[in-house]
Amino acid sequence: MTAVQARKGDLVLRKRTPSPRRVQDFLTIALFLAPAFILFLVFMVYPIFRSIYYSTFDWNGLGPAVNFVGLGNFKQILSDKVFMKAVGDCFLIVVLSLVTQLPLALALAIMVGRDLPGRAFFRAIFFMPYVISEVITAIIWVGLFSADPSRGLINALLILIPGVQPQGFLSDIHQVLMCVFVVLSWKYFGLHMLLYMAGLQNIPKDIEEAALIDGANRWQLIRDITIPLLSGTIRTTVYLSVLGSLTQFNLVWIMTNGGGPVNASEFMATYMYRFGFVRFMLGYGSAVALVMLLICLFFSVAYLRLARQPDYLGGM
Amino acid sequence: MSRKIYTILSLVLIGAFALAACAAPATSAPTQAPAKVTINWWHISTKDPGLTFWQGLANQYMAAHPNVDIKITVLENEAFKTKLTTVLQSGNPPDIFQSWGGGDMNSQVAAGLLKDITPDLDANGGAWRKTFGAGALSVYAYQGKNYGVPWDMGMVGFWYNKDLFAKANISTPPATWTDFLNDVKALKAAGITPISVGEGDKWPGMHIWMYLATRIGGEAAFDAAYSRKGAFTDPPFVQAFQKLQDLIALQPFQDGYLSATHDVMQATFGNGKAAMELSGQWAPSVESANAVDKKGVANLGFFNFPAVEGGVGKNTDVCGGGNGFAIGKNASPEAIDFVKFLTNATNQAGMAKAGMGIPPVAGGEAGLTDPNMLAVKQNVASATYFQLYYDQYLPPAMGDALNGSVQTIFAGTATPQQAAQAIEDSAKQNLK
Repeated sequence: MTAVQARKGDLVLRKRTPSPRRVQDFLTIALFLAPAFILFLVFMVYPIFRSIYYSTFDWNGLGPAVNFVGLGNFKQILSDKVFMKAVGDCFLIVVLSLVTQLPLALALAIMVGRDLPGRAFFRAIFFMPYVISEVITAIIWVGLFSADPSRGLINALLILIPGVQPQGFLSDIHQVLMCVFVVLSWKYFGLHMLLYMAGLQNIPKDIEEAALIDGANRWQLIRDITIPLLSGTIRTTVYLSVLGSLTQFNLVWIMTNGGGPVNASEFMATYMYRFGFVRFMLGYGSAVALVMLLICLFFSVAYLRLARQPDYLGGM
Repeated sequence: MSRKIYTILSLVLIGAFALAACAAPATSAPTQAPAKVTINWWHISTKDPGLTFWQGLANQYMAAHPNVDIKITVLENEAFKTKLTTVLQSGNPPDIFQSWGGGDMNSQVAAGLLKDITPDLDANGGAWRKTFGAGALSVYAYQGKNYGVPWDMGMVGFWYNKDLFAKANISTPPATWTDFLNDVKALKAAGITPISVGEGDKWPGMHIWMYLATRIGGEAAFDAAYSRKGAFTDPPFVQAFQKLQDLIALQPFQDGYLSATHDVMQATFGNGKAAMELSGQWAPSVESANAVDKKGVANLGFFNFPAVEGGVGKNTDVCGGGNGFAIGKNASPEAIDFVKFLTNATNQAGMAKAGMGIPPVAGGEAGLTDPNMLAVKQNVASATYFQLYYDQYLPPAMGDALNGSVQTIFAGTATPQQAAQAIEDSAKQNLK
């Protein structure tokens, strides 16, 4: 609000009196902004400040918060092995997504985006998992991953191979996190593929043609033309992928009964939800939410600073 | 000109929006005839027979008391919990609402949201109080005062498939823990999965440990730990974990039990793929509903959790729980009278006949016909010690931590001492 007023002040200095037209424009802008802005303040900004307030209390949600504990909740979070496990799991999923999911999506986008026969069909198939809701995805995969070969398709296929035992999958504390990652990749690579395909459409054909005339081969074309020109899109997908992994909740909660077995697939969001809404430690839950917010904010700011590279197409 | 009209129009729309966003001011009851009373009642029977049954009782009561208007809000279980939390925060509870007693209810009492109905129960020489089973009623009491009443109270015990037991040549259900382990071995030898458990949901497996602790330490051990004169690291609780480990070592559970939900557990049992399950009074209806053929186990039997050799707990000690109604702080005398009506012997028998639960009120058993249900009812009525499920009895924060600790034993990631210590750590924080 102050920024707007300052700019308005500049106007006054330059033109001495604001023209009625300018005032009217400002009013129009304010009016159109107001509904969204008020909603944003009430449902996004205000709750964050309430969370900060509650995070300093030991509070179960009934009656007013009176048991002030200062930074006690934060101390407890940072010394809790389970929370550290959750942070570790989130970062493992982030790294795995960046090194497997995004390259896979890019490779498929380059393949499907070109003159491949039946590409519309493949495009639809690859994008379909993204359209299905997370809850339904989770329920489908719980069925597929069932440890009982007579109920789970994957185990039913596995035992057809001689010498292979049925696997525990979601019930095995060493496998559950990888199972979650497989499903996350299955669901989200389609979105990244679509973004890459949109990016590819923006690359002017003549650059590629010029490169081909200069004698570039297919690989050089991808490495030196396609990927640099896609850098803007790649930055966006990396950002979406990392934040998505850090805040992942629905799919994990349903697939693993809330980060189980025994915290083997704990994510920060499942940890927060359990303390906030299963154990009703709302003060502690608020503190966890704030720690999550800080981690995401730190990443966002750092990433935007570090990844500010020239956008080749923007200058063209 | 048209621009001005649009400006005015937008202003009006924004104004309307802002007004709509404001909460309607609390309308204090307008000056009505003093006799007119509204009762707000929240229940969670979203399906029949419960839905129609409760509505029928409300209609009956309103017909007999024309001055009373009963407003029923029916909510699905999870939605109910969320919405209740919201209205409780505003300090404005419904007059009558679903409750499971224990730690949840105690924290509502501590926040001053419930009404003390002890005087109503004790009126006329305790006429109303005497209708209830003492153990069942105590679930809705906190520090010696009553804040609600039960309308369904059952117990957890072993439900077993008589045909599968016969296949393994087991003629009588086990009476001791040693017999039980032998039967598990016999079932395994006969190629039958002995036990179905849904340890992904944590609480089904916790019931096994809870019963072991109850059989080993009895009422005294839990009371000591709960009142903080003792601890959850006391020998009975550690021994219970050790006994549980003995059972787990036999690998008696279905494949993937660590991630199986309660529904999967019931389906496994209902489909005849496991010989028994430790479950509550709802087991017969849920295992059949979850079975592929919708009929479930043909020859269903029930036996009490076996006695543990050397334990001080009696075989007639019972762990269980059920459904009840808590009374909100603003409830009128009419609301309490209506709850009295809901839980009278006639309506309890009707409730039992409809298959909605096990009546905790004397005379309600008239509606029970199933021999297994009658066994449950008699066990509850004659319980020497009635223990509400630990995770319900303890504060919510501790209940979930306790369930998690038991799961670490099922997964083999902790020793009995470590698991007991984790529960004790949570107790130190949550029991004061």
